[in-house]
Amino acid sequence: MLVGVVAFGIIAGVAMVASGIPPLAAMLMSLLVFAGASMVASAQLLASGTPALLVILTTVFINLRFMMYSASLRMHFQHEPLRWRLLFGYLIADNVYGLTLMRAATHPAPREFFLGAGVMVWAAWQLAVAAGILIGAGVPASWRLEFAAPLAFIAMSIPMLRDRAMVAAAIVAGLTVIAANGLPLKLSIAAAALAGIAAGMLAERFTRRSG
Amino acid sequence: MALVTFALRASFLLLPPGIETPALLRRALRYVPAAVLTAIWAPELVFAPGMEQLAAGVVAIAVAWRWRLTFVTILAGLAALHLFHWLL
Repeated sequence: MLVGVVAFGIIAGVAMVASGIPPLAAMLMSLLVFAGASMVASAQLLASGTPALLVILTTVFINLRFMMYSASLRMHFQHEPLRWRLLFGYLIADNVYGLTLMRAATHPAPREFFLGAGVMVWAAWQLAVAAGILIGAGVPASWRLEFAAPLAFIAMSIPMLRDRAMVAAAIVAGLTVIAANGLPLKLSIAAAALAGIAAGMLAERFTRRSG
Repeated sequence: MALVTFALRASFLLLPPGIETPALLRRALRYVPAAVLTAIWAPELVFAPGMEQLAAGVVAIAVAWRWRLTFVTILAGLAALHLFHWLL
């Protein structure tokens, strides 16, 4: 699992620097935000001159999945003290969430487990981003490492397409973002997200009825 | 960015006990990652100058579909980009 974290961390670091974010700003962003997909996307948006408010809106959409994790972890952690829940919130990440759910299926009290996995993933991630920033700053532009950013998103999204509703959500989102490209201020991403979610929910209802 | 990301993560962990997550919201949230991530990469391929990004993206999609490995997908995509740049 840590291999995947390190690989994506390095790529996120490289992609951020390649899209034109200063190395120190990229590292600070990683420490504060700790969410790779939104970091890479924001770096691209900021480098193309998108206003900060739109970058934040895009961040909300990309990181909405953490809200889903938060809702699902709630049943395990809702009776923990507030300071623990705040720390757990910061440490929620895709793989930490996945591991904790698997563990909770067979063991009670996943608190220590979540904390251990979270801290380990956090540390590996930050070191990997630092390494990626150093690599990205030292590699010539002719290597075209900035293309690693969309590739990383392809690598993340394609394996999610495990059922028809998910495929429908992705296809409709992709078509909408292309059709809505004329919208100002990258609002096309928000429009595509809403259209994709609607398509997924409709397809889900349709498959259930026919199946 | 840091604030909104943290707010999303902590959201349901901080709610007082006894409040249920609305089922409709849970169903909608399921489709967020696939929809948003696709919306980010699709224009990068379609509106790129020249055809090499689109061609390399198709290669990356095929590799991601077949092997589901992040690092392999990215390496294949970058290799394809340089190959198509050299060919086209």
